[in-house]
Amino acid sequence: MNTRRLATGGQINRNKPLAFEWDGKQLTGYEGDSLASALLASGETILGRSFKYHRPRGLMSAGVEESGAIVTIGTGARRDANVKATSQALYDGLVAKGQNAWPSVRNDFGAVNTLFGRFFSAGFYYKTFMGLPPFEWGEGTGAWMWYEKIIRKAAGMGTASRKADPDAYEHANGYCDILVVGSGPAGRSAALSAAQSGCDVVLAEQDFALGGESLSRAEETDTLPQELAALRNAGVRLMENTTAFGLYDGGVAGLLERVTDHLSTPPRWMPRQRFWTMRSRFTIIASGALERHLAFGNNDRPGIMTANAAKIYLSRYGILAGENIVIATNNDSAYLTASSLSNAGARVTLLDSREQVLNSSQAGAQSAGVDVQHGMSILNAKGSKGVYSIDLAEKSSVGWSAKNQMACDLLLVSGGWSPVVNLLSHRGLKPVWDSVNACFIAPEHHEPIAMAGSAAGIWDHAECVQSGEQAAAHAVTHLHGQRSQTPNQSGGWETPIEGLYEISVPGHQHKSFVDPQHDVTADDIRLAHQEGFVSVEHLKRYTTLGMATDQGKMGNVIGLALMAEALGKEIPEVGTTTFRPPYTPISIGALKGRNVGSHFRPLRRTPLHDWNLNAGGTMTMAGLWHRPWYFAQPGEGIGEAYVRETETVRRTVGVCDVTSLGKIAVQGPDATEFLNRVYTNPFAKLAVGKARYGIMLRDDGFVMDDGTTWRLGENDYFMTTTTAHAAKVMTFLEELLQTRWQNLRVHLTSVSEQWAGIAVAGPQSREVITECAADPRKVTDPALPFMGVIETTLKGNIPARIARISFSGERAFEIYIPSDYGPAAMDMIWSAARVRAGCLYGLEALGALRIEKGHVTGAELDGRVTIEDAGLGRMASDKKSYIGSVLKNRPELLKNDRPRLVGIFPKDRREIFNAGSILCQSDNVSGYGNGWVTAVTHSPALGHWIGLGFIEGGHSNWADRDVVCADPLRKGNTPVEIVSPHMFDPSGDRMYG
Amino acid sequence: MLRIQCPFCGLRDHSEFSYGSDASVEYPPLDGSQEAWHDAVFQRENIDGVQFETWQHTLGCRMWIVVERNTRTHDILSVRPAHDGIAQALNPSLMIEPDQ
Ligand SMILES: [Zn+2]
Repeated sequence: MNTRRLATGGQINRNKPLAFEWDGKQLTGYEGDSLASALLASGETILGRSFKYHRPRGLMSAGVEESGAIVTIGTGARRDANVKATSQALYDGLVAKGQNAWPSVRNDFGAVNTLFGRFFSAGFYYKTFMGLPPFEWGEGTGAWMWYEKIIRKAAGMGTASRKADPDAYEHANGYCDILVVGSGPAGRSAALSAAQSGCDVVLAEQDFALGGESLSRAEETDTLPQELAALRNAGVRLMENTTAFGLYDGGVAGLLERVTDHLSTPPRWMPRQRFWTMRSRFTIIASGALERHLAFGNNDRPGIMTANAAKIYLSRYGILAGENIVIATNNDSAYLTASSLSNAGARVTLLDSREQVLNSSQAGAQSAGVDVQHGMSILNAKGSKGVYSIDLAEKSSVGWSAKNQMACDLLLVSGGWSPVVNLLSHRGLKPVWDSVNACFIAPEHHEPIAMAGSAAGIWDHAECVQSGEQAAAHAVTHLHGQRSQTPNQSGGWETPIEGLYEISVPGHQHKSFVDPQHDVTADDIRLAHQEGFVSVEHLKRYTTLGMATDQGKMGNVIGLALMAEALGKEIPEVGTTTFRPPYTPISIGALKGRNVGSHFRPLRRTPLHDWNLNAGGTMTMAGLWHRPWYFAQPGEGIGEAYVRETETVRRTVGVCDVTSLGKIAVQGPDATEFLNRVYTNPFAKLAVGKARYGIMLRDDGFVMDDGTTWRLGENDYFMTTTTAHAAKVMTFLEELLQTRWQNLRVHLTSVSEQWAGIAVAGPQSREVITECAADPRKVTDPALPFMGVIETTLKGNIPARIARISFSGERAFEIYIPSDYGPAAMDMIWSAARVRAGCLYGLEALGALRIEKGHVTGAELDGRVTIEDAGLGRMASDKKSYIGSVLKNRPELLKNDRPRLVGIFPKDRREIFNAGSILCQSDNVSGYGNGWVTAVTHSPALGHWIGLGFIEGGHSNWADRDVVCADPLRKGNTPVEIVSPHMFDPSGDRMYG
Repeated sequence: MLRIQCPFCGLRDHSEFSYGSDASVEYPPLDGSQEAWHDAVFQRENIDGVQFETWQHTLGCRMWIVVERNTRTHDILSVRPAHDGIAQALNPSLMIEPDQ
């Protein structure tokens, strides 16, 4: 290729040179260049190595369909692999590297693969490696995984940085009346007329420059700035560097805006990319068309590109890519390109496969000095690192025959045009084959979407502009609630295109690529057909046709045509493939946006959060909440701390932040009836001033949640739920009232955020409460007995709700204070507890206390447990009906051998065992065992490790049997004893006393 | 993304809502037969076409609504409050049929 930058012309600024690096070489381009055009102008021809065969590849296009110049941009943590050089704006200091090659794309060791090309045909990897003995022996995937590592290394893409992404990404939300995709002639005219009709219009352009096709049409580039200004004045929101990558339900489009990818030194406050969720009422797709390749021998050599690409490099970037140019075409579009290249000083030969052409552009091309030859095409390209000559093919009565050789340094191909119907296809609409224009176009549909310009298969420039206006009129009509016909008049060429996809002559064996990015050849497709892959979807998966990062933008239609030929069918009978989002690859960073690091999920803090931290608490996650885990004293780790806290609660008193429990105000004349229907145990006769522990089931009879509900007044209840199920319970109760039980007069309010919760537990808890209460007489034993509730005030006029309830098995109180008073109340309560040698305790001690008592929590109530399984059968009333009361009595759920809640002791009391292990008979450690362990702790009260779990039939069934806690991946087997879950103070003397 | 016309809040993304279930299911009384409860809880049609389904505007007004949706095209044909009394109390003109 004898490439040179012209002295004038194009959309580049020759006064603004930009320095960049390519594979270690220092090169220069201009402002307005793409990386591809800058490389081309610098004479770089080999820009990549192919996927399987490591064949040298150069530029094949000038846009997003690029399959050759796929490179890695940036260094260090900002290394971004598999970037199409054709879509990357050049900036000063850009560093790019070739990929899939060692030591470099110019001299690649992996190119030996090309010598063994016949071994790498379709399905090669599966056939060779999946069939190796280990698979046949059923030994699993180990061997495949071993081979796969080597294969992946040899056949691959660029490698991503392993460092953390230093850039920020944003999610943004947008709304508009009409979204126009593409800023070419059709997109601009659509946007302008829609905006002039009063619509709010967003126009998204994937390129770094606005204008689309007009950027490479000299006669339009001069007026482009005024046109864009007119769009802005009309109120159109222009978004360049923004790809509409997907179209979804409800008029939602996904847009990726590359905010700083084209800047040398991005300002620190700017995100690298912005992920837009754009909601539009109507979408106009003016996304253009992509020029197809043709399949002929060695059609992937550097120096072979689409005719349109050469036009773009010439007109937009001021580069004449060759001196002695051959163009092979089957349609009219290449004539104008041929003329331009000839006028720019190249010697141009145009091979038109059609034998007769009735067009004025032919005359134009000839007068521009182009040598036009009809009934001719290309059989094979010669030269490995660049084309130096071609073998011509001449049309004969039966196919093609080989002709003479011809020298050239640039080979351009126009195999026809494929309208970009991808976005429409995202809506589940299958494109239909237009045999006149040899392309897939949009089907009839009723979506609020219109196609315009060449995306609708319209080739004439003036008609494209007009189709934009028509699409806008159609959209406006739709927005006014009226219907109109989608304008659709594909065509516009003087001489019809010829359906030409492959040029081959029997006896001439050459590799001819259909999908160059994945190295899928025409022979691969025929081989797949021979092996019985006749469905397009199977063909795709077997050959990987169209499954590379370009989704077959250049090659899919050729692949379909070859398959149709092999099957003796027409293309529409073979089918089309489904395009899926994204249209072009998008970074994972953009998908995650700001949801990273500490923002990965929301954090819920209790009103006592800072108080807990100041008091030396170590926090842990409980759902979205941060809760105190333990309060270590100097020299303590978690092990010492929670054991001390547990002991202290049992000996004196402990104080714990329990704010994260769900809290629901249940109010109204039918509140009692409502609670009686949702809880398994009776609530009808709960007195005002009393609390009751309750269990809720799901409709299917399994346990949903448990908690206490306090009756504050005749029609006023305060319900608490577990931390984990708070949202689920609220939603379910709301559903019941709004759907099934519409006549119940009950109002629900989530008050979880309104109240701080503090548990005070231990033998001296009463003294602590008494010291804090404004009126100590209200919290005496008779005034506030077990399960009693009062609304009162603490000293300092702090309102409080207090119930004497216990989760720890000790005499204990739960105090709820309006959130803002939380820290002040905690100060007071903690002072009163501290002087009694009390402690602050966290989630770990809370767990130890409840395990000792056999109280269930989320670990046990995992959705597979019935109320009987949980050992709470006595809570299930048989005197009333409630949610789940019917289905909990399904025969399978009543079986005696279902796993039941049990306590677990190690046989050797010095032993430790783990939660998550399974319980097995000691002589039969296999399968799922007979049960499982849900929770373990060291029990200070008992002096050894204990656990809770489930085992078939419950503890009485296992009294004299040898059981092991099997934990093969961690500790191994531990002999255990299955006991009652009520491991400490089973009579409850401490709690009631 | 589906967009749902909440009768109380207007047109919102479906990510603000949570799907409930098939709105055509009639739950038996709490003391109904095991068969009736079994059918209501477990026997569901997998409809190809228009179905009525309950959704809750979880991250909005928290109201339960009944959405008439085509499972094939995802077109939403109508939306109303699940609670009949509320539906009646609402000005019927608020129950807008969304754009198609
Ligand atoms: Zn709402």
